[in-house]
Amino acid sequence: MNMKMKLFSYNLADTPIHRLSGLTKLICFLFLTFAVMYSYDIRVTLAVMVFSILLMWVSKIRFSQVRLMVIYVLIFIVTNAVISFFFSPEYGTTIYGTSHEFAKIFGISLTYEQLFYQVTKMFKYASVIPLGMIFLLTTNPSEFASSLNGIGVNYKAAIAVALTLRYFPDIQRDYHDIYLSQQARGLELSSKAKFFDRFKNSLLIVIPLIFSTLDRVEVISNAMDLRGFSKNKTRTWYTSRKLSRQDVLALVVSGLIFIATVCVSVFINQSRFYNPFI
Amino acid sequence: MDSQPIIEFTNFTFQYFSQAEPTLHDMNLNIYPGQKILIVGPSGSGKSTLGHCLNGLIPFSYRGEVHGSLKINGVETSTLDIFQLSKVIGTVLQDSDSQFVGLTVGEDIAFALENDNVPGDEMHRRVRSVAQMVDMDTLLTSSPFELSGGQKQRTSLAGVMIDDVEILLFDEPLANLDPATGKTAIEIIDDIHKQSGKTIIIIEHRLEDVLHRDIDRILVIDDGRIIADMDAHALVASPILKETGIREPLYVTALKYAEVKVTEEMRAGHIETLKTEFSRDALQTWYGHIQPADHLNTRPSILKMEDISFSYDGIRPVLTDINFDIHEGEMVSIVGKNGAGKSTLSKLLCGFEKEDRGRIFYRGKDLRDKSIKERAEIIGLVMQNPNQMISNPMIYDEVALGLRLRQVPEEEITLRVDKVLKICGLAPFVDWPISALSYGQKKRVTIAAILVLDPKILILDEPTAGQDFRHYTEIMEFLVKINKLGVTVILITHDMHLMLEYTPRAIVLAGGRKIADTAASVVLTDAQVIAEANLKETSLFALSHMAGIEDGTQFVQGFIDYERRLKNR
Repeated sequence: MNMKMKLFSYNLADTPIHRLSGLTKLICFLFLTFAVMYSYDIRVTLAVMVFSILLMWVSKIRFSQVRLMVIYVLIFIVTNAVISFFFSPEYGTTIYGTSHEFAKIFGISLTYEQLFYQVTKMFKYASVIPLGMIFLLTTNPSEFASSLNGIGVNYKAAIAVALTLRYFPDIQRDYHDIYLSQQARGLELSSKAKFFDRFKNSLLIVIPLIFSTLDRVEVISNAMDLRGFSKNKTRTWYTSRKLSRQDVLALVVSGLIFIATVCVSVFINQSRFYNPFI
Repeated sequence: MDSQPIIEFTNFTFQYFSQAEPTLHDMNLNIYPGQKILIVGPSGSGKSTLGHCLNGLIPFSYRGEVHGSLKINGVETSTLDIFQLSKVIGTVLQDSDSQFVGLTVGEDIAFALENDNVPGDEMHRRVRSVAQMVDMDTLLTSSPFELSGGQKQRTSLAGVMIDDVEILLFDEPLANLDPATGKTAIEIIDDIHKQSGKTIIIIEHRLEDVLHRDIDRILVIDDGRIIADMDAHALVASPILKETGIREPLYVTALKYAEVKVTEEMRAGHIETLKTEFSRDALQTWYGHIQPADHLNTRPSILKMEDISFSYDGIRPVLTDINFDIHEGEMVSIVGKNGAGKSTLSKLLCGFEKEDRGRIFYRGKDLRDKSIKERAEIIGLVMQNPNQMISNPMIYDEVALGLRLRQVPEEEITLRVDKVLKICGLAPFVDWPISALSYGQKKRVTIAAILVLDPKILILDEPTAGQDFRHYTEIMEFLVKINKLGVTVILITHDMHLMLEYTPRAIVLAGGRKIADTAASVVLTDAQVIAEANLKETSLFALSHMAGIEDGTQFVQGFIDYERRLKNR
């Protein structure tokens, strides 16, 4: 329906990325994420970021699909940067051991070291986002569940995650309908109302939403019980695939990237940080 | 019948822990392998509880106290758990939409196998072979939401048949299905029965629809007791249906109006088997004496749609060039299959969505600039599921909500709420919590909460969905009362009885276009409209031909007129 409802929707297409098994994608995602999280070397982070944007292009994800998520993430990153600057404006100097001041903000000195540290950190966060989006948008919820189960997450928890993703659009639709019908009864949620009233009024939507969602839950849980769900300690998955050559390749590549980043830190930088100031 | 019964109830009594009285009393019942059984009964009769006892949801999900014995395949069920039972008896729940666990047809069918740790290759092989049995093998990779109603039913069916169960239990398979899909569902069940010879148990209150195909035995349950166990011909000839408040087939009602005494020999269980030689003359005489009712509504227009077109995404049209004119005081139904645009139409009327083209008039005034809140004072919408509307624990507060949000003074609110509660028959419950009400009463609360705003037009989305005959009649007679008070009523529905009995006029949508706007009797006898809108020809039409009456449509209209006169007397 509208864009909001497509926030997390799985993108049906047939690309090399879509063809990888969910488990492979999850492990690759974790490898690459660990790589950028471990290393504070902006060269590594940028390389991974370029690589993942390339992958996004390969998996035919359009910008319009992820625009909303990108906006949220940007807001988060910027807020994070501002706050961390005001809390520890000297952190960069502590890490890199030098201090090159070039400006003052509200009496706090801004150093190249601090700037460099914060830019590095921003790119670290920013480079994880395309990876996460690729994983979410190219893995259907069932495969997602089976891959979670594949790395050792309890299958009941895994299915719960998958069902949540599955029914998310339905519940959003319910929410939308309830919202409109309550609005017809005179509900005002705009900023015109006082904060307490707005809180009270939003209950008028949340309560029916909870009850109608509980109806859904009862039906689906009965349906699952009747077909033997949770009978055994383990279960198999219809969607799980045998690892193909491409899967192995993807695992090896992302594994190598991870090892390479660790090596860069250990042998070249001799620390997790890349220090251009000495 | 010399074989061992597959299901055996002996002095079986069940009482929910939350209830003061047993829901099932001292049941004695034997069902034999390969039989096809229909269990009918009004809401609250215990028929669903009976189903839950069979498939193990009692005591697994719903707890209570059991006396007596229930054996399946000779094994006492109290010694089995729900998982062991699910290997013998497969359950297809109502509303296949809300019970899909898988994202694709194949995955959904495989669910039981996944839980059994069946390895991948074998799982795929078995899914394919079961899918073939229900003709779904070419659609294994489709999403359940892309399927037609019939295909959804087939998928659910395959999902339980994959365990090679001996008994198939259908819990209200027709609820929420449009008439054509319901008919298909009954055919699918019958085909599976014939092919596999499995024992089939159908729990349903839409008797006539189930009797579209053969049934070996019909059990009538009322008040937790089996009060009849007979075949269809004997049942429709007996007074039991009337006594328990189950709707008899429409053609049987027509026979009774024509003062034909329905006997077992007439084989009236199915319209196809009915022997009309006993009733032909009586039907013709009765038909000849019906006085046509006056149908012209000459009152001014209250709501008019002019060339309305709408699309959610700007690409796929949902409504195209819709025109209609509804007169003051009318009761109209809007029908069409799922996705035909019925709900969207009501959203446009309420201002929830904005039309792309065209205009909507209320008493000749363009509604374009009216906000949702303003329109709500003219047009009230009652949603299908009362739980989607109720947000207060107490009836009084729920009904008063719309007025409070409009800052109406509290003294006036009291007056208006009391008045509406009286009209809706809710006055005795005013201090009750809503959670203590039945579904039908909750529905009334939601209608009251809209009526209190004093709208001139009331739109109801599937007001009678899932209701048995008694509650259906209650809700509809209540709406007639409201209608007589001067409120124009628009019903969005695919209940054909509702169209025939309550709305003289029906607007039919298909593929976002209006394909008919005429008397219900014409709609339900026009083969093309029926096919396009997923309706079903009314059995009255077939009856008229069997009785040698040429003009079937006129006969149906005659039936409607006769019945209306009977009710108004």
